[in-house]
Amino acid sequence: MAHAHAHSHSVKRYTGIMDWLTTVDHKKIGILYLIAGGFFFGIGGIEAILIRLQLIKPMNDLVSAQVFNELITMHGTTMIFLGVMPVIFALMNAVIPLQIGARDVAFPFLNSLGFWTFLFGGLLLNLSWIMGGAPDAGWTSYPPLSSTDYSPTHGVDFYTIGLQIAGLGTLIGGINFLATIITMRAPGMSFMRMPMFTWTAFITSAMILFAFPAITVGLVLLSFDRLLGANFFDVAGGGNPVLWQHIFWIFGHPEVYILILPAFGIISEVIPTFSRKRLFGYSSMVFATILIAFLGFMVWAHHMFTTGLGPVANALFSIATMLIAVPTGIKIFNWLFTMWGGQIRFTSANLFAIGFVPTFVMGGVTGVMLASAPADFQFHDTYFVVAHFHYVIVGGLVFGLFSGLHYWWPKMFGRVLNETLGKWTFWLFAIGFHMTFFVQHFLGLLGMQRRIVSYLPNQNFDELNFISTIGAILMGIGVLAFLANVVATSRKPVGAAADPWEDGRTLEWSIPSPPPEYNFKQIPLVRGIDAYWKEKMAGNKEMTPSEPVGPIHMPSPSILPFVMSLGLFIAGLGFMFSTEDFSNSFMSLIFNKYIVLIVGLLITFAAMIARSLYDDHGYHIEVEELEGEGKA
Amino acid sequence: MSHAEHVNGELPHEPEKATLEGRNKVLGFWLFLGGEAVLFGTLFATFLALRGQNNEGPTASELFSLPITAAATLILLVSSLTSVFAIQALHRHNIEKLKLWLIVTVALGLGFLGLEIYEFYEYIVHESFNMKTSAFSSAFYTLVGFHGAHVAFGVVWISLLIAQLYRKGLTVVTAPKVYVSAMYWHFIDVVWVFIFSVVYLLGKVG
Amino acid sequence: MMKRWQAVKRLLPLMAMFALVLSGCGREDLSVLRPQGPVAQGQLDLIKLSISIMIVVMVVVFGIAAYVLVKFRRKKGQDEIPEQVEGNHKLEIIWTAIPLLLVLVLAVPTIQKVFAYGANDWNDPEAVKVEVTSHQFWWEFTYPDHGVKTAQELVVPVGKKIAFQLKTNDVLHSFWVPSLGGKMDTNTEGSVNYMTLVADKADTYIGKCAELCGPSHGFMEFRVKAVDDATFEQWVTAMKAPAVLPADAALAEKFKTNCLSCHAVGDQGGAMGPNLTGIGSRETVASILLNDISGNPGTKPTKDNMVEWLMEPQAVKPGNTMPNPKDLGFSDEEIEQIADYLANYKLDY
Repeated sequence: MAHAHAHSHSVKRYTGIMDWLTTVDHKKIGILYLIAGGFFFGIGGIEAILIRLQLIKPMNDLVSAQVFNELITMHGTTMIFLGVMPVIFALMNAVIPLQIGARDVAFPFLNSLGFWTFLFGGLLLNLSWIMGGAPDAGWTSYPPLSSTDYSPTHGVDFYTIGLQIAGLGTLIGGINFLATIITMRAPGMSFMRMPMFTWTAFITSAMILFAFPAITVGLVLLSFDRLLGANFFDVAGGGNPVLWQHIFWIFGHPEVYILILPAFGIISEVIPTFSRKRLFGYSSMVFATILIAFLGFMVWAHHMFTTGLGPVANALFSIATMLIAVPTGIKIFNWLFTMWGGQIRFTSANLFAIGFVPTFVMGGVTGVMLASAPADFQFHDTYFVVAHFHYVIVGGLVFGLFSGLHYWWPKMFGRVLNETLGKWTFWLFAIGFHMTFFVQHFLGLLGMQRRIVSYLPNQNFDELNFISTIGAILMGIGVLAFLANVVATSRKPVGAAADPWEDGRTLEWSIPSPPPEYNFKQIPLVRGIDAYWKEKMAGNKEMTPSEPVGPIHMPSPSILPFVMSLGLFIAGLGFMFSTEDFSNSFMSLIFNKYIVLIVGLLITFAAMIARSLYDDHGYHIEVEELEGEGKA
Repeated sequence: MSHAEHVNGELPHEPEKATLEGRNKVLGFWLFLGGEAVLFGTLFATFLALRGQNNEGPTASELFSLPITAAATLILLVSSLTSVFAIQALHRHNIEKLKLWLIVTVALGLGFLGLEIYEFYEYIVHESFNMKTSAFSSAFYTLVGFHGAHVAFGVVWISLLIAQLYRKGLTVVTAPKVYVSAMYWHFIDVVWVFIFSVVYLLGKVG
Repeated sequence: MMKRWQAVKRLLPLMAMFALVLSGCGREDLSVLRPQGPVAQGQLDLIKLSISIMIVVMVVVFGIAAYVLVKFRRKKGQDEIPEQVEGNHKLEIIWTAIPLLLVLVLAVPTIQKVFAYGANDWNDPEAVKVEVTSHQFWWEFTYPDHGVKTAQELVVPVGKKIAFQLKTNDVLHSFWVPSLGGKMDTNTEGSVNYMTLVADKADTYIGKCAELCGPSHGFMEFRVKAVDDATFEQWVTAMKAPAVLPADAALAEKFKTNCLSCHAVGDQGGAMGPNLTGIGSRETVASILLNDISGNPGTKPTKDNMVEWLMEPQAVKPGNTMPNPKDLGFSDEEIEQIADYLANYKLDY
């Protein structure tokens, strides 16, 4: 294998489970992200339902106070880091290379590594449930509550180390997509001809690159405090708990935009397709996206108005935050005016996209209300805030993801999702969503603070909480309808057309569904924005190729990303339990002497060295093979 | 697209950028360094916020010895220079010089690490200044230790590349690896300059 | 069909809002919407202003959306390609400029109020000073100028500025009395906060902890009792009176050795636990067992609440640090007696 020269076919190709463990194909990695993200989304959803069931009536005792705090912590952490982020990456993997006319991402090996580190990090975090208790200090994990004094189980260690490993995967993914979009675009596809989803993926990746290192440091500091006895956040040793809040939100606020921008991108693809019109104000959309990302880094302290930063800081951060409303407003009106004069079709994908617009506006306006610091003194840490960010993240992002999944499902799997079930999904989910979260605005104003395990009766909280819980159950049923749709659809034969919506505008619709492993037999020549639509309007059935048919170079599959991530997983466990008192002398030997930690790191480094020493020449798909597949 | 054409033929002037893979690697690494800059930026911010909190332990001005750190700085700066020589040799396709300069770079890196380990050893054993002493100590060891770990990683990495140069020679596959390792080395050198000024010089003057 | 759904969906929030207006915006002593002091009033005014602006925005967006969705549906057999509009500079400028203006309208009062409520009145001689120290899961209130310390129930004079100094003894908490004003975190030493509130009329207001602080975060309430000046002075005097101990000497001794190692009554006892002076006059036991003296619904006699708490503190407030009296050697009967003593330990004011 190592001697493989240029046109060799001797590369090993795997089948079955080994194929999935070793794949470096962005389309398969996209599916892996979708499965893993869906799995964690399910866990986070079950946690959400349990939270709502606990709050269905006053002084309920379905779960204990400790378990409740573990549930809210894990619900938030799981949904953000392990639920929606991977599904975003699933769509980015499945779509971006196709949209820019590329055969693969810039770093296929790193792409796989990013997925496996995310998965092992996520698994590590969730193992906490069966290994002594989940983290219980909230997804924000403010010290001193998250210190060993007040959170003595290993829960918060699972949080710091699990997120560290998962975050590494996200960072790798971000760098990969930045490089992919910069260097792998087809001839003719200038930046200002890129589809909007590609643009938002690009900006999101840039934000990941600049935001995730901050939380990496934050998590290191917190784990050093907990495991090595450092004093970063320990007042007794001179530390400062407010420092954590700054670090967390310097990451945390951009993270919100990291999440929502891809949803903006999805909506900007779906609405034009199903309105049969080009996106209104494309260049102002691009500009607004960049402006939102830029402002997103300037507003972190609006999460800390009640921390006591003083009036000057509060005033500045109030104004900066309000300004974000302007580019966001531009986007909303551009979507509306894309539909204006169009021919709107109400497919499931478009229902979610249309539902997104008013829902997101409601989340956005409460955001502006929260931006006003003196008013925020009342809103902060109440159910008003809970309602606000769920409107943005569920009503915005999750609607967007559902829209994107229905839209691109045929491209990913070659099968169109069932439209009837899709519409059921939308109506159940949308009605359930508004029932759950609309009333929570009022709960907050009536005096219900967030993250409380229960509440006394006679505070006017009872009915609204009851409505909210029923809504949550409806949302759960909506998600089940989607799952049923996935199962039912997967039993149908593959047979979706290349352009199943008939009005596809971008390059991914010009190639078969699902695409062959090399995506494009010939890299297309891009002659304008909405490249495929342009060709269709010119009367062409296919894209004009930019190159003759020739052998296609492909990267080799590799198990090394899996091994590296496994090593990090083992090292993480080793570090976490390094301070544990074991009754078993063997266990204390391997953990307290850092043997497990070192073994894990050695596995990772050995895999890195192997990667460096053995050149990956890849293999080629020959012209005869390409022609053969073309006929079949 | 394929690097095959170049492998057996004439090596281009900038072999690290001869293939798409090579160009991607250089670009990707620049991006990675952007992330690294934020990482160290956050560590610096943390250090600046906590540097006065010595919790009755040793303060910066009591602790630091400028001669040692000045020597470490000099060593690292010279190693940055030698890695520039290595890249110049790479561009001239002079593999012997390339290997030589990389070996010198690694040796200097090891020298730097030796000084740093000695410094930490002194602090921990003789000054009872360790991770747990104060917020200042935690921030100091984390910032400087993170940098030290980067140097150690770089030393192992470049050593591995030297071994590859011996086995595989200079090709369009090995050249980008050497090139990005030099970028990395410059980066940790720049970080050290900041550490020297912010941690040591500022600590000494108060 | 779909159209009707859409309409119903849009109407739902309106109907819900209407129902809320009818129910009177919540409890007077708890709701943000029923302010009982100038700070809460000012904040509610800002909330009202912002919500009005936002409703305008929503009406415009929803209106355009409804029009577009009705007017531009694809009809059967509609096959011609719609005009591909690139954009419209005039429109784009309008929907950039108008939001900018709206933001400005909100920004001006925001800044005014940020500075107004950010003022520190700690050194104002007119203000009544209260040091608030939060604990897992109770509140300690010290009046440095009056030499008085109490817990769980803050007594303040009506109409006067109350200057709070906020700090914590353990983890972060947040001090919030919704009907009097917004919240402020109680941080650790080194980042102590200050805040000023005023109560306009005599009443008891509910306060809550608004920052996740552990298992019983949701049960970490307190009360703010606003009284007239004379009553306040009387209360201060009563607080300073010598401690009242259980009448039974043996019980008093047991109470002293066990309870007063952490708690204080009058001039005796420790400061680790909540001060118990005059606890029988308070409206709650452990802040979430409501006493019938408040006259509110859902209450029980003080003694019953006291017994419930003392029999098993962990069942009432999980994670609190009070030892179980039974583990300290109190019999059920003695607990009854202690409860009886505490329930009847009232202050005359």
